[in-house]
Amino acid sequence: MHEPADNAIIAVRELSIRLGGKTILDRVSFDVRSGESLAIVGPNGAGKTTLLKCLNRILVADSGRVDVAGRPLASYSRKQLARRMSYVPQADTQAVPFTVEQFVLMGRYPYLSPFSPVGRSDREAVREAMALTGTAAFADRLLGTLSGGERQKVFIAAALAQGAPIMLLDEPTTFLDYHHQDEIRELLARTAATTDRTTVSVTHDVNRAALESDRIVALRDGLVVFDGRPEEIMRPDELRRIYASPFLLVAHPDTELPMIVPRATSRGSS
Amino acid sequence: MSRAWILPILLLLAGAVLVAAPFVGMTNVPLSALWGQADDPTVVNILWKIRIPRVLMAFLAGSGLAISGMAFQAMFRNPLATPFTLGVSSGAALGSAVAIHLGVAFTWLGIPAVTTFAFGGAVLTIVLVYGLTRTHRGFSTASMLLAGVALSFFFSSLILFVQYLSDFTQTYRMLRWVMGGLDRVVDFRDVLTVLPFVVAGSLILLYLTHELNLITTGEHLAASRGVEVDRTKKMIFFAASLMVGAVVSICGPIGFVGLMVPHICRLLVGPNHRWLLPATWLFGGTFLTVCDAAARTVMAPIELPVGIITALLGGPFFLWLLLGRSTAGEPL
Repeated sequence: MHEPADNAIIAVRELSIRLGGKTILDRVSFDVRSGESLAIVGPNGAGKTTLLKCLNRILVADSGRVDVAGRPLASYSRKQLARRMSYVPQADTQAVPFTVEQFVLMGRYPYLSPFSPVGRSDREAVREAMALTGTAAFADRLLGTLSGGERQKVFIAAALAQGAPIMLLDEPTTFLDYHHQDEIRELLARTAATTDRTTVSVTHDVNRAALESDRIVALRDGLVVFDGRPEEIMRPDELRRIYASPFLLVAHPDTELPMIVPRATSRGSS
Repeated sequence: MSRAWILPILLLLAGAVLVAAPFVGMTNVPLSALWGQADDPTVVNILWKIRIPRVLMAFLAGSGLAISGMAFQAMFRNPLATPFTLGVSSGAALGSAVAIHLGVAFTWLGIPAVTTFAFGGAVLTIVLVYGLTRTHRGFSTASMLLAGVALSFFFSSLILFVQYLSDFTQTYRMLRWVMGGLDRVVDFRDVLTVLPFVVAGSLILLYLTHELNLITTGEHLAASRGVEVDRTKKMIFFAASLMVGAVVSICGPIGFVGLMVPHICRLLVGPNHRWLLPATWLFGGTFLTVCDAAARTVMAPIELPVGIITALLGGPFFLWLLLGRSTAGEPL
């Protein structure tokens, strides 16, 4: 059994969950330290998204425990938890009928009481979040009319408006083009620095995870198969163990950190 | 027109319709009948014992059905959801059909047996839908929708079965019940029976306006923002269903109010339930009161079932909405 790290803001211990008769997470244990940026990587179906949902109690695990700021996750009310932790879900195509500003304002829900109108501090938090994310320009547009990149910025703005010290992100850049990927990353790095935030993000992109995270946890078939620093995961044998396929690595010209490059197919090499 | 003006206008409209509607009908009723002065005492009785209760009931039924539809559309994230989607009206119809077939004639607390049986059927449906969809991980709106639709079909075939066993006049009464109408309201007692359900249901939904907004954006997102999703869904389900059950037991299933009024109001005041709920409440009540006044007068002395009027207005409107949305390239 792990001893929790001194500054662990989230401590996950022996977490297991079965969904639809299949074990999705199998005795998962790791810590998230205060102020760090942690990436969760692993092959498709490894349980990454499920793990993120368990951290936020959207899903309740069958066994094991999660402590947030030294308190069991189950002891938080939903509103208390929302003041600690915000969540940016995987891109969802279902239409949401609200304008950008209305949607960001909903991030203030944990601070509102029934019948109460939105207060000045709520307006201020929303204004700030929209300014930081560059979404103020399309405040009055409907969410359904935005491009993928704009939409993602709005979801991050809503999470920022929530004013929580921990942010969970599920594939924040997966469906975006290079330009928007860079924009979103830049935005996340900038806001994390100014708000001293802890970030847990699920991603497919190990290169980006290695460049931008303080630590990486890798899952495979519901088990934690790696927990360490970026330079430790960027080794062919380590990656092969996680993804069960051979990798080609070359040093990044700026940081010397090994990066995965795609193997040339037979057509490309001829 | 600015959205800030819409609510006061709807409020004025509702007030005007509530004041005017009791004076519309076959018999000409002078204003003085209001304080009991008329040449013919029956006119005073028509006003106070028939027209006013009926108008109040129309307003309550319209409001209740409209905000139930609005709440279900938000909870199921489905613009086609109506107050009857979960089978409450089919359960009530089955209850009424059984009462008519058995010829039960008792009245309980002044409420006729058909109404009591209909309400029993509605409550049975609510309990069944809830019981069937509750699991240890909370309850899923998708299974709730399926259970409601399945029960609805099941009850419809039972109704056909009961009708098959019944004689000609009984079958006619059952059919007439299903058409819905406010001609059954003949007393303030009916209004007082429905009032607590509509008032309680409306207040509960008003308490949940923030939650209704968040649930519209998706249950996971709502939970991550601090909404106790399961508890909220339960409250919406019971508040809306009991309201629908009470209204339907007395008025029968009056269609389209619960489907179209929330959509019209979304076009008027936008999707924020803080404004949408009061707008839908006022518009739903006003709309059904006007439709009922039309039902009483259009083919006088014959009175049309109000469900026919609402559907005649609602059907084309709904098609217009559907086509308008699809030509604008928006998914419905």
